Amino acid sequence: MLTTEIAVIGGGPAGMNSSLAAAEQGAEVTLLDRNWELGGQLVKQTHKFFGSENQYAGERGIDIAKILAEKVQTNNRISVRNNSDVLGIYHDGVLTFKQGDKYKKLSSRQTIVATGAAEKFLPFINNDLPGVYGAGAVQTLMNQQGVLPGKRVLIIGGGNIGLIVAYQLLQAGVSVEAIIEALPQVGGYQVHKEKIERMGVPILTSHTIKKAYGEESVEGAIIGKINPSWEIIEGTERDLEVDVICLAVGLSPLVDLLYPLGVELTYVPNLGGFVPKRNEYLETTISGYFVAGDCSGVEEASSAMMEGKIAGLSAANGISYSKKFKEKVKESKEELKKLRAGEVAREVRAGLKEVSISK
Amino acid sequence: MSMRISEHPILEEKRGEEITFTFEGSELTGYEGETVAAALIANGIKVFRHSPKDNRPRGLFCAIGNCSSCLMNVNGKPNVRTCMTQLKQGMEVRRQKGKGKIIGGN
Amino acid sequence: MNTEKINEKIENEVSKFLPSKNQRQEGSYAVCECHQEIPCNPCVTSCPTGAITQETINSTPDIDFDQCVGCRECVTACPGLACFVIDETYSETQALLHIPYEFLPLPEEGDIVQGLDRKGNEVTEVEVKRVDDRETLNGSNVVTLITPKEKVHQIRNIKLLGGKRG
Repeated sequence: MLTTEIAVIGGGPAGMNSSLAAAEQGAEVTLLDRNWELGGQLVKQTHKFFGSENQYAGERGIDIAKILAEKVQTNNRISVRNNSDVLGIYHDGVLTFKQGDKYKKLSSRQTIVATGAAEKFLPFINNDLPGVYGAGAVQTLMNQQGVLPGKRVLIIGGGNIGLIVAYQLLQAGVSVEAIIEALPQVGGYQVHKEKIERMGVPILTSHTIKKAYGEESVEGAIIGKINPSWEIIEGTERDLEVDVICLAVGLSPLVDLLYPLGVELTYVPNLGGFVPKRNEYLETTISGYFVAGDCSGVEEASSAMMEGKIAGLSAANGISYSKKFKEKVKESKEELKKLRAGEVAREVRAGLKEVSISK
Repeated sequence: MSMRISEHPILEEKRGEEITFTFEGSELTGYEGETVAAALIANGIKVFRHSPKDNRPRGLFCAIGNCSSCLMNVNGKPNVRTCMTQLKQGMEVRRQKGKGKIIGGN
Repeated sequence: MNTEKINEKIENEVSKFLPSKNQRQEGSYAVCECHQEIPCNPCVTSCPTGAITQETINSTPDIDFDQCVGCRECVTACPGLACFVIDETYSETQALLHIPYEFLPLPEEGDIVQGLDRKGNEVTEVEVKRVDDRETLNGSNVVTLITPKEKVHQIRNIKLLGGKRG
């Protein structure tokens, strides 16, 4: 059995920042990630990030991933295990993981879960045809693997992810036939919307997809305008010739590892689905288990980074690595509060009200 | 139109060494380090398997190991997540029939 | 609607971002077409003269046009590609417009390209005066266009015309 002081599951912005914050306090950290490289979803983000300097605003996601990964790799107190799928975490502080072909066990004094979120799916006829890809998959292919997902894309979902992926597709030289959004307005930032509007990409609000069609893979899609009851209005159906249908319809926090552990979860639509209840230090209802990033509620990379810091500091504090803890955690919490203060975070703030436990 | 991006406004298109692998017995080219799924799509192959019950074509979906849509038989081993598996020289990739046999392979 | 009326309409829409008529005749100035409160501040932190400020990190930016020298730092810094620099004093009939551009192929100095408006519609052909490319700017290229004066508030993007070189 391997041992460590603090186990961090997930090497995205939240997990990396947790590891760095805990290590800075003096704790010994093991960071496990299922991919061959650290960075989580950042490695696919070619656009420049918002936020402030503390969240590397103005830097491209791919560069933020490199900056944080470099800090983690060169930190003596952090050992990184790539290609490591965590399979279960137990409340005696043991977790099991599969690294390559081997099953291993790791015992830790504190555990931070930063497993991110997964794409939601959408029911429509033939939604299982090859060529129907999650937005993350389109990004992975284009930006991580240098492979085009297809030649003509329909994007479903006008949130930030749908708008950003549209822009990235255009940069890769792929045609975006349309973005369809079921609501009467897009949910993404205006600036993301305007970047693609000025490229002539049609953004159709109050639209949905009726079906995809194709022999062995996507060859086209039928879309239509919807009425307030979400039914397609007769006469509005259109046939789009596309070979990729990109689903950007939201993310669900990946909380699978938390269920068997027994932490209290609650359903909060504003945060993406089931999320763990947690106190202000991001500790769950089971002492010694912390959460950070999208798995605690779908937000942004900037919030993931700040939550990571808070969880790392708190986990370290729990095993007496408490140098200037109160001061540092207060600073991070205030920064996070500022980021969440705007109108665009209103729904997140409402959601967060439903997940707190006070200890 | 090649399905591989050669020039990108932001990214440097760096690839590993060119290697060969087989798909259903036929030789294809790929690059060391890319995923099996990406190599297949780059070669114009989108159908990775057929569903066990209704024989529907299936391919990539999430590309990060969550959904099980991309499972194929790789080097005789079934249920391999091709989106999480890096291509190696000489890999034998096959479409899986049904759920795949764990012992003894296909 | 005739050209004059269209331009008046556009000027009214963007007027909240523009300096006064006098300041516009003094030289280059930046416009940050950022009209939604999101947590973001690279325009503020990149501005070398302190012309761009914001109340809180969520506020939209304010520009002091007396301080703004039209250096284009904000054009490359803005993650939303919402900042542009305009010089209405370029000539009697023409203005300069600096836009962020992150696509390939990059145009070249002297090229004639199609100017597009905020909805991607064609406005008029314009000449590329200068291209500052990504090697020094982290992929955030800045393309300088010579536009008819009356179109400078309309054009916000370009489309390359196949094969034409100036």
